[in-house]
Amino acid sequence: MKRVALIGMPNTGKSTFFNRVTGASARVGNWPGITVDLLTAKILLGGDMVELVDLPGIYDVHGFSDDERVVRQLLETAPIDLVAIVLNAVQVDRQLALAIEVARLGLPSVLLLNMADEAKQFGIRIDTAKMAELLGMPVTLVSAKYGHGQPEAMAAMARALATSVPASTDAIRSRLAEVDRIENDAASVIGAAVDIPERLPAHVSDRIDAVLLHPWLGIPIFFLLMFLVFQGVFHLGEPMQQGLNRVFEWFKGAALVPLFAGLPVLLSGFLLDGVYGGLVTVAAFVPLIVLFFLFMAVVEDSGYLSRAAFLTDALMSRLGLDGRGFVMMLLGFGCNVPAAMGTRIMRSRPLRLLTMLVIPVSLCSARLQVFMFLAGAIFTVQQAPWVIFSLYLASFGAAILTALVFRRSYRSDEPFVIELPPYRLPTARQIGLRAWQEVRHFLHRATKFIVIGVVLIWLLTHLPSSVPPGSAGTLAGMLGHAFEPLLSPLGIDQQLTLALIFGFIAKEVMIGAFAVIFGLEGQALATHLHASFDWVQAYSFMLFTLIYTPCLSTIATLRAESNSNRFALVSLAWGLALAWGVSLAFYQTMRHFGY
Amino acid sequence: MTPLLDLRPGDAATVAAIHADAGLRQRLAALGFRIGRRVELIREGAFSGPLHVRLGTTDVILRRKQAAQIDVKR
Repeated sequence: MKRVALIGMPNTGKSTFFNRVTGASARVGNWPGITVDLLTAKILLGGDMVELVDLPGIYDVHGFSDDERVVRQLLETAPIDLVAIVLNAVQVDRQLALAIEVARLGLPSVLLLNMADEAKQFGIRIDTAKMAELLGMPVTLVSAKYGHGQPEAMAAMARALATSVPASTDAIRSRLAEVDRIENDAASVIGAAVDIPERLPAHVSDRIDAVLLHPWLGIPIFFLLMFLVFQGVFHLGEPMQQGLNRVFEWFKGAALVPLFAGLPVLLSGFLLDGVYGGLVTVAAFVPLIVLFFLFMAVVEDSGYLSRAAFLTDALMSRLGLDGRGFVMMLLGFGCNVPAAMGTRIMRSRPLRLLTMLVIPVSLCSARLQVFMFLAGAIFTVQQAPWVIFSLYLASFGAAILTALVFRRSYRSDEPFVIELPPYRLPTARQIGLRAWQEVRHFLHRATKFIVIGVVLIWLLTHLPSSVPPGSAGTLAGMLGHAFEPLLSPLGIDQQLTLALIFGFIAKEVMIGAFAVIFGLEGQALATHLHASFDWVQAYSFMLFTLIYTPCLSTIATLRAESNSNRFALVSLAWGLALAWGVSLAFYQTMRHFGY
Repeated sequence: MTPLLDLRPGDAATVAAIHADAGLRQRLAALGFRIGRRVELIREGAFSGPLHVRLGTTDVILRRKQAAQIDVKR
């Protein structure tokens, strides 16, 4: 099968183009360098199936950053039949050098000038025929966001592929060495074929930036925006969650209870209270997760993340981090795993490691579910969003503390120079695709971990069968008892301890675990929790859950990305110690003042 | 010649010299910092935060330390 590679600079919409062509789901982020894994898909091109590879965004092929090294290694080792170079038509004056570099390597290429719609708004006219003649490769204008020019681009790729003679990887390796004169060549082609107005019309981005990047208002506006997002998620998601709970309860009463009536009590209890109870308690959170990722996708694709990096770099530099680290924390609000992988854009190892130490305290969407559930059960509807917001602030606080403790051990002097993309209005399709991908990821994780988790918890709370379920005589009771001296000073009792132990695997298991441990689900579970725990206990438990460890996947990712067992252990031990200290301080202080 | 750092918001100047190691020089070049290019300082971050500059149609943010490594001619 022939192989087609997509190459382009960060922020050119390369991944958007890939998504549109493959109909699949590469992650799209308006943030330089977010595409870190190699995505491939098989597509039909000119009557043949070809393999399309989406390479990381790169500035050139010299290989100074990890991403550039990845691309260079691929070009030097894997035969490629066609390279589709994706450039931003608005910035073609400085990006064209990449196309010439690739052509110089002897790789059969086509040039796709993306964001043709934006270029048109800027008054930039590109003579594609002239440019194709000068470059010696087909050139087409596309707008991946709206799908304009896609058929033409596909046709050009198919034509080029039919006649392509791939260069040998040896030849490419030798030519990679001689790519110096490229920038001069780019300048002469630009001079001949591109007409850029001297002064660009005042763009909307400037007016938005005047407010959002305001020296004094910028940071408060940032927090206000985040608060509005979480308010929106909570107030829109809460009724949907209640509705789903009622549906699940009705289904249980109407269909499952009669269906399992003939089974032995132990088995029907296992299926109803164990597997079904655990699964639906988690499933009720799907609308919340969808909403959360819809909002995140808007923020991420709009170009605001780079602004957040600008606003926070002054603080972050004092913590030994940089603005990109802050953005990784924000991405960690979705899931810590891609955030940890995103640190690959940093070249200095100490900076990368320090950023990776900070990421695990980011309040990810899985932890958000636990907090939504507990806040909804323990606090009033008016208080709950503030409780959630305070936990986000605690997440930032824990990150700052972590960086302060470790910044001397991981000193770095990496320059901070990044591009600030113009604001873009994400299309509904882009956002929908992103949100759907996240939901699929969530459901996959949730079902995988939860089924195993709830089954284990059910067994622990019901064995041996000679003692009452959930009592001190069960395996779970013994386990909780063993941890009691350590966790009772934090107000965390034996049942909550069990939920924490399973939350270690994945936070999605925790709510399922509550359902199984207490043998209740939905509103009944919330009512029971409200009666069993006061707010100081609940908040102490939430603080501990926030900090002690993200999940097994994150720890595995930290190990893989740092290539160090020691680093993964340091991160794990620090999280446990910090969680214990913070919860203890909170719980004892509150109790001391009589709450 | 003055360092880029000394420009005030709204000032424009021409890149005259870049004092940086090969890695940083290359990254700067890829973002448009080349001798002879016009560069405009758009804004400065609060609390000694980064600078926001514009080169042609590209906006770049960079720390003051890196801005001190770039000389410009008014």
